Amino acid sequence: MSTPRDWVGRRLGTVPGGEDGDGAFQVVGKAMPRVDAVSKVTGATVYADDLSFPGTLHCVLLRSPLPHARIRRIDVQEAAGLSGVVAVLTGAAMPTRFGVSPSSEEEQALAADKVRYVGEPVAAVAARDEATAREACKLIHVDYELLEPVTSIDQALEVPMDEPIHAASKDSNVHRLAALEFGDVDEGFAASDHVREDVFFYEGSNHLAMEEHSATAIFSDGQLTVWSSTQSPHSVHRALSSVLGVPMRRVRVVATPHGGGFGGKVDPCSHEIVVAKLAMITGRPVKCTLTREEVFYNHRGRHPVLMWVRTGVTHDGRIRAMHFRTALDGGAHASLGAATTYYTGALQPATYDLPAYRFEGCRVFTNKAPCGPKRGHGTPQPRFALELHLDKLAEDLGMDPVELRRRNYVRPNSRTVNGLRITSCAIDKVTDEVLAASGFSRRERRDGHGQGFAVSAYLCGAGTPMYLNRMPHSEVSLKVDRGGVTVFCGATDIGQGSDSVLATLVAEELGLERGDVRLVTGDTGLTPVDLGSYSSRVTFMAGNAAIEAARKMRATLVAAAAEHSGGRPAEMTVAGGKIGPLSFDQAVAAAEELYGTLGSVGSYAPPPSISASKYRGSAVGPSPAFSYSAAVVDLDADRVSGEVRVNKVWIAHDIGRALNPVLVRGQVEGGVYMGLGEALMEAQAYRNGLLHHPSVLEYKTPLSADMPEIEQLLVEQPDPEGPYGAKEVGQGPLLPVVPAVVSAVHDALGVWVDEVPVTPEKVLRALDARAKGSDPRTGPRSFPKIPYPPCEKVALPDAASATL
Amino acid sequence: MLRLRVNGETYETLTESNETLLEILRERLGLTGTKHGCELGECGACTVLLDGKPVLACLVLPDQIEDAEVTTVEGLADGSALHPLQEAFMALGASQCGYCTAGMLLSAKALLDEQPDPTREEIRAALAGNVCRCTGYASIVDAVAQAAQALQGAR
Ligand code: FES
Ligand code: FES
Repeated sequence: MSTPRDWVGRRLGTVPGGEDGDGAFQVVGKAMPRVDAVSKVTGATVYADDLSFPGTLHCVLLRSPLPHARIRRIDVQEAAGLSGVVAVLTGAAMPTRFGVSPSSEEEQALAADKVRYVGEPVAAVAARDEATAREACKLIHVDYELLEPVTSIDQALEVPMDEPIHAASKDSNVHRLAALEFGDVDEGFAASDHVREDVFFYEGSNHLAMEEHSATAIFSDGQLTVWSSTQSPHSVHRALSSVLGVPMRRVRVVATPHGGGFGGKVDPCSHEIVVAKLAMITGRPVKCTLTREEVFYNHRGRHPVLMWVRTGVTHDGRIRAMHFRTALDGGAHASLGAATTYYTGALQPATYDLPAYRFEGCRVFTNKAPCGPKRGHGTPQPRFALELHLDKLAEDLGMDPVELRRRNYVRPNSRTVNGLRITSCAIDKVTDEVLAASGFSRRERRDGHGQGFAVSAYLCGAGTPMYLNRMPHSEVSLKVDRGGVTVFCGATDIGQGSDSVLATLVAEELGLERGDVRLVTGDTGLTPVDLGSYSSRVTFMAGNAAIEAARKMRATLVAAAAEHSGGRPAEMTVAGGKIGPLSFDQAVAAAEELYGTLGSVGSYAPPPSISASKYRGSAVGPSPAFSYSAAVVDLDADRVSGEVRVNKVWIAHDIGRALNPVLVRGQVEGGVYMGLGEALMEAQAYRNGLLHHPSVLEYKTPLSADMPEIEQLLVEQPDPEGPYGAKEVGQGPLLPVVPAVVSAVHDALGVWVDEVPVTPEKVLRALDARAKGSDPRTGPRSFPKIPYPPCEKVALPDAASATL
Repeated sequence: MLRLRVNGETYETLTESNETLLEILRERLGLTGTKHGCELGECGACTVLLDGKPVLACLVLPDQIEDAEVTTVEGLADGSALHPLQEAFMALGASQCGYCTAGMLLSAKALLDEQPDPTREEIRAALAGNVCRCTGYASIVDAVAQAAQALQGAR
């Protein structure tokens, strides 16, 4: 039976201009500046911390100096008495726990019972200026009772010395366990000619978005408004309502123009809730802007993950079975960590056709800044491990590493062993492109020079919302009248250009220029809902919703123009600011005369067919489409110093259709850059439980002088359901870069660094091991014993859904 | 009372002795185009020109700017005519989230004022203190090179 959602999915799949290239379109596919470019280059864009309201109070959070301690008493009397202080707040005032998804509601805006990481907020001051608020924080006396801090995965797996970090996890610090088996893995190993095991480690890292988080709240006339640099105003909206006990209809969250997110502003944060509470208490606007150091504490960054993988192959390189284990150091809170855990196992079958697959994942709590989603969310780590593991398998078999992969690539229009629907899939093409451009197979062979290849897949939006519901994931409404065209959509432009995408699609549908389309976005009080800018979902989901609304509007305007001009609707061409013989404005006037107020709506929810299996964790992985990326990295590695210098990166990306090549290329380049950072230097590292790098200077990232040349190859094979065939680009291109770097180091020096970031010291250690005749690698030696439950055996998708 | 010139306009404002030029611009003068990513001199987001030389506004104190000429991002365009650097940043997508853009533009302007025909290496070196997390820098370096050409053409 066809559900209405399926109908919407199919109908939106048509590419109106046909498959005959950009020529058919007026706006789509044209290289153009972003729609807000002038504001951005003139300094006119108003970011969260640029906002100011008369009478604003400034809020500073007092943060825990200890990684793990009970709070015995907080004395705020002295602070409250300081001249200029208007209010002091502690956790007792906000007992309700919150989190980004219902399974993670364990955080308090201000910790009341205990602190779980250095930097956890315990109190807040609102004062007439920031300096006074900071001074007052020093006068708050917190009486702590020290608890043994847990600082590693191994330690978290032991019985806690004092008490577990979270009471709910009873006598352990294990947050989440996953154990799934698809197909018969033991049989697959038994039928294999060769079996190999490897262990890898991927270090955690911070997003380091250039803009520090900031929020301002106003409570007036019974309505709460919060402006925040959030990637998901909807998540903040829900958290504010639940913690403050104010109904959602009385809360408005406005996502301000964004100074970078990368996943670090998806979770609702303490300061957003605190400023709202303080605004309600004081009746004045309250603002809080985090310092850079605080952003490192707030974190929600890349999880450090330890991985073990075992794969069985036939002599000719066909994978028969794979067993993948992960252990995630989650830090002190849940964040999106349950989903992250499943993501470390979900996408392996989205690139390689695995006939049998077992995944066991474990996330532990430690007394460190909470980890969460960062670009690629839980998939760069296993991608790194998987790609290097395949390189090693190929070496065992004496087979070309690219050929081994090709023999196992997933096919378009197929169903993976874990039930994911694969539709458009240019994995072969991105491989061809990147190999041809780089000359990988003919690369120069000399000591200290190498190239590495890797391939990857990513979602075009999470197929399931963060909290269970059957409502649309994205909604758009369109207002058209003699004042012009306005698009209302909850989508949040975090710099990736989602506003430009919306304007492009609506302009194309209505025969206008992008500048003719006014945008109101990311405002829960004015726009219909969109779940947020995460999981590379916005182009696909908000884009399809916008197209639906615009097509309905176009039909209305066409009907009015036909009626007015005495023609037939089919004769009314919509292009170049005209509808049939009428100008756009005349058509709008005719339609207003005929029909009264003009409005249309559109929405998007993924079709149910994207997932074929139901199991614990099956919400993680399904997506309306997958993008594929392939990379070749060329580098020189120095035997003496251990230094690695990347010369060039070739990256091919399966974009479906590039709606605006300027924006697409910017995302690809940014993804490659961030991948190089994680491969070579970025690390949210701890020493004795303390953050080692809470500053921009100490947290090493590639700078302009460090960046190699990047050659991009965009593969445009339109996706049947994407808006004009478009797929994601925000996250995918990061993924293959990290393993390709390590593979190239191996190509250059003959040693494996099975642990990123690849520092000179690790390279030298691997070379040293080789010189001593031991295993020529640096990396984890073993994987801990983890009390995984017995695997849930998941039936394979039935034959009918296996081919689409 | 501090007296300084910003983008050709003279301002007189009260300050505290430990107040930074960044705070003076943003909070006293309402010129919020200049951004901050650290306030410790580590990220370059707050770069402005002080008598034509790039400085980190978060490190500059009032006694260093008495009667000085400060240029911020708000002063780059000539009325509604954008500076060639701004045009190039727009066209090449060198500004994504835009948060590093003000600092980048001013570091680049200082370079082009000194060296109208820079090599790519010189451009990279001039921007080495400006962190950008969105672009990967290539489009920024390209934009500066393109602006240099445009400016030379105009000369
Ligand atoms: S804010 Fe001045 S250098 Fe970062
Ligand atoms: S454009 Fe976002 S930090 Fe540079």
